[in-house]
Order: sequence, then structure tokens, then C-alpha cells
Amino acid sequence: MALDILTYGFMQRGLLTGIVVSITCSMIGLFLVLKRYSLFGDALSHVAFGGIALGFFLNVYPIWTAFVVSVSTALGITKLRKSTKISGDAAIAVLLSSGFAMGVLLISASHGFTIDLFSFLFGSILLTSVQDTLLIVSVSCGVIATLIVIRKPLIHFTFDEEQAKVHGIPVEKLNYLFVALAAVTVIATMRLVGILLISALIVLPNITSIMMGKGFKNTMLISISMSVSAVITGIAISYYFNLAPSGTIVMLMVTMFVGILIAKHFGVFSTKAVDMHNLSIAS
Amino acid sequence: MPVNALDVDSVSVSHNGILAVNKISFNVQEGDLLGIVGPNGAGKTTLFRAILGLQNYQGKIKLFGYEGHSYTTLLSMVGYVPQKVNFEPNFPATVYDVVSMGILPKKKLAKGAALIQSCGCCWNRIFSTSSKDHEKIGESLKIVGLESFKDRRISELSGGEQQRAFIAKALVKEPLLMILDEPVTGVDMDVQNKFYSVLRKINKENKITIVWSSHDLTAISDLATRVACMNRELFFHGEKEEFFANKDMLKTYSESAMQLHMHKHDM
Repeated sequence: MALDILTYGFMQRGLLTGIVVSITCSMIGLFLVLKRYSLFGDALSHVAFGGIALGFFLNVYPIWTAFVVSVSTALGITKLRKSTKISGDAAIAVLLSSGFAMGVLLISASHGFTIDLFSFLFGSILLTSVQDTLLIVSVSCGVIATLIVIRKPLIHFTFDEEQAKVHGIPVEKLNYLFVALAAVTVIATMRLVGILLISALIVLPNITSIMMGKGFKNTMLISISMSVSAVITGIAISYYFNLAPSGTIVMLMVTMFVGILIAKHFGVFSTKAVDMHNLSIAS
Repeated sequence: MPVNALDVDSVSVSHNGILAVNKISFNVQEGDLLGIVGPNGAGKTTLFRAILGLQNYQGKIKLFGYEGHSYTTLLSMVGYVPQKVNFEPNFPATVYDVVSMGILPKKKLAKGAALIQSCGCCWNRIFSTSSKDHEKIGESLKIVGLESFKDRRISELSGGEQQRAFIAKALVKEPLLMILDEPVTGVDMDVQNKFYSVLRKINKENKITIVWSSHDLTAISDLATRVACMNRELFFHGEKEEFFANKDMLKTYSESAMQLHMHKHDM
């Protein structure tokens, strides 16, 4: 029976973690993509790598050190960008290389790689422990709940920062909260696809849904559905064909993106004709 | 004595040591439609940004007689339409989504209303107090003539239609004051005329105080109740009849703008 895989504890934990994390990534990712911070997640994941290496070096639960290092770096770089006017892509380059360099340095100091470190780099959703599952699910639910509460000011802020400021939204505080949530999301996602593929989960479902969705809510729901279905299908395929789940999930997302791109090219999602028709009626 | 909607008192703004706005003072009374004219680089946008709290300045600015924290509270009830809203072209927001961003939380509205009442001013609400948010959005779209566009993506609209959507977004918050910074620059005459009729309607029917900058002297002479003319400094502030009767003032503003104005009136 195909549903036999659901009887395994590791599979239940993997699916639960995967679904919750993919929802979180889709939600925060839509804001990141629209703010042109697509690579911010990638940069933060490299910083998280440094944090994990620090955890192994200090012999502390590595996810905790990754949380501390990523969130504080995200807040620090946001402050630095504001005070020094460093451009977004340059800030990402600095983050990416310095975070990874710190990781490499600490690993070399602690005499080489370990299996655990590899699982953080490439993901190991089916090896998630009960402790990891509880932590990742509760942190992700916290991020989702916060995003739901702050969705209105966050959408306004993402659309136009100046207008949001005039509207009375505390944009600076909101920005700090947002980058902290992004950093937390990256850490929660590491187990699913690994540090090297996190940005795919943040960016791919969202750039695909932006091509299809009409309103903001609609676009976010499409992104979440695509992401969740890619995770469930990816985990199932990886189990039956003995493939790495992270690569399978991301390749499924890439396939969806390319498929939608081709469909759009051939006019399947083109609303142009309808719009012109509406326009002529309206005028 | 009634309180002014806006008091600008000796306001200066400098960018890297260069004065963009030099000791400008004027006031706007409730219900006024003040047209601000001045050549490009005159500091109109900088002045607006100072009023909106987006720019540091020297001097004093009061909203309905308030400064400080109360000013910030009332600022959220100011509708602002810039020359161009810089949004991500792929932003998946419909016109309805964009207008809904303008809705103020009820607590904020109540705070602002209490401040306005205590200073003895009249808040001309556009919608009834019982109106729900989606009714307000529908009404705002109706005022600017975009009801049938509500489900379309904002990026699919033309420049003029987008500006009308942003006016609806400013209207939906039931503004005490609207600040419009050359909102129809670069759009065709038909859209400009539609925009002007919206402007007239919200000023006359909804009694909303408006501060509006434009290069279109004909529109200013048709719509404004008062005029201010600036080029880093304020050259004139007063009744529009006085401004348009003063040929020297028109010349100061801009030779080319004056010619355009005269040409249109001769036709």
C-alpha cells in the first residue's frame, strides 16, 4: 500500500516538519521576493552554517547557536545598511562570504567535517529527531502566527515604504521584526533542504505564484499549495526511489516554475486579452 | 478663531549644505484647495516630504494646531499621493488590495477624531461612521471611477489609472488633508481632466482640504482657491485672482508656463 510509508515515525515527523516549514517559507518568501531580498535567505543560511559550526565547536546544540548567530547578524546587517547606505546585493555578498568563512574556520579548528554537519548542509528531513521536530514546528507556527498578525502593515510596507511611514506604520521596527522572522525561518528550514538549497524554497514557489495569482492573498495561497505539494510529493518520490529528499523537492519546484513559465509563454495564464476587453467596456 | 489645517512656519530644508527650501511660511485653512506652483527643483517635493515627516527640517510645522506626538497621530490621517509611487512592477496586488492598504485601524481613527474635536475643527467624513471597510473601499473606487477595475492587478493599469487608484487609497482613510505632489505629470489630457473633476468633487462635495502642486496653471486657476508660488523661497501666497492678475509673478514663476497659460486663455 502506498500509504504504508505514513506508518513510519520518521516519515510522519518528516512530513509534518516539511509541510509546516514549506508554509512558513512560502509566506515569508513572498515578502522577501517582493522586497527584492531574494538572496537574503541564501545569505542568512550561510551565516547559519557559521552558527552551526560554532555549536559543534562549543559542543552546544547547533540549532540554538545558529538561531543566535543568524538573528543577530540579520538585525546587525539591517542596521548597517541603514546607517552606511550599503546596497542590498553588496550586503548579501558580505553576509554570505563572512558567514561561510566563519563556518569553514571553525570546522578546520575542530578537525574536519562530521556526518551531522553534512545533514545541515544538504538536509535530512527523514532523520529529524523528535526534539528537532518539536522545535522546528513550534518555531514555524510562531513565525506563521506573527506574519498573520502583522500582515496588513507588512503588505503596505512591502508595497511602498514611504507611504507606509506616512500611514503611521513603524516601518523601522517592522523591518527589524521581519528580518528576524526571516532568519528564524531559514534555521527552521535547514533540516528540510539543507543550507545550500534554502533559497530555492523561499524563492521558487513565490516567483511561480506571482505569475499566476491575481491578488496578494490569492498569490500567497497558490505559493503555499505549490510548496506543500512539492514537499509531500518530493518526500514520497525520494522514499520510493531512494533519492535525496532535498534535491527531489527543489527539482519538483523547478519543474513547476518552468512548466508555468512555458504555459504563460503560450498564453495559458495571460489575462491580457480579458483585460483589454474589460478596458474597452469600462471606457 | 478657527485653527488652520496646516501651518508652515519658517521651514528650511538643506541637502548636503545646499538649501532646497529656505524659510518658507504659509498656512492652509480648512476647506482650502491650495495650488503650489514653482519650476522643477523649486523644492515643492522636499517641502511636502518635510510636512509628511519623511524629511528633517528646521522651523515649525503644525497640523490642525498640533505638533509633536499629536502631529504624528494626525499625520496618519493625511492622504498623500506622490508624483510616482515606486512599487515592484510584479507586485501581485489588485486595485482593491492597494486601496485597502489605506484603511486606518479604528483605534487610530478614534484618536485622530478626538484630537480634531478638541481643537474645535470639523472633520468632514467622506463615509458614514457605520460604513464597513469594504463599503469604504467601494465608495472610494466609485469617486475616482475605478469600480470596474477593482480586481485587476495594479501593474496592469495605465499611469493615469494607477494615480486614480492611489487617490482612492488616500481617500479611503477619510483624510483630514490631502497632499498631492504633481499627481498627473506625464499623463494624457483626458486622464488629467478626469483627475481634475475628482479633485473638484472631493474638495467641494467632501470638503477635504487639499494642498496640490502642479505645473498646469490653467488647472490651478480653475480649481484652486488659493495659490502659493515658490522657488526655494516663497514668492507669493494668497488669493488666486491676485496671483493671476500679477504678470510679474507669473513671469517669476516661469516664462514658459506663463506663455502656456496665456495661450490657453487666448484660445
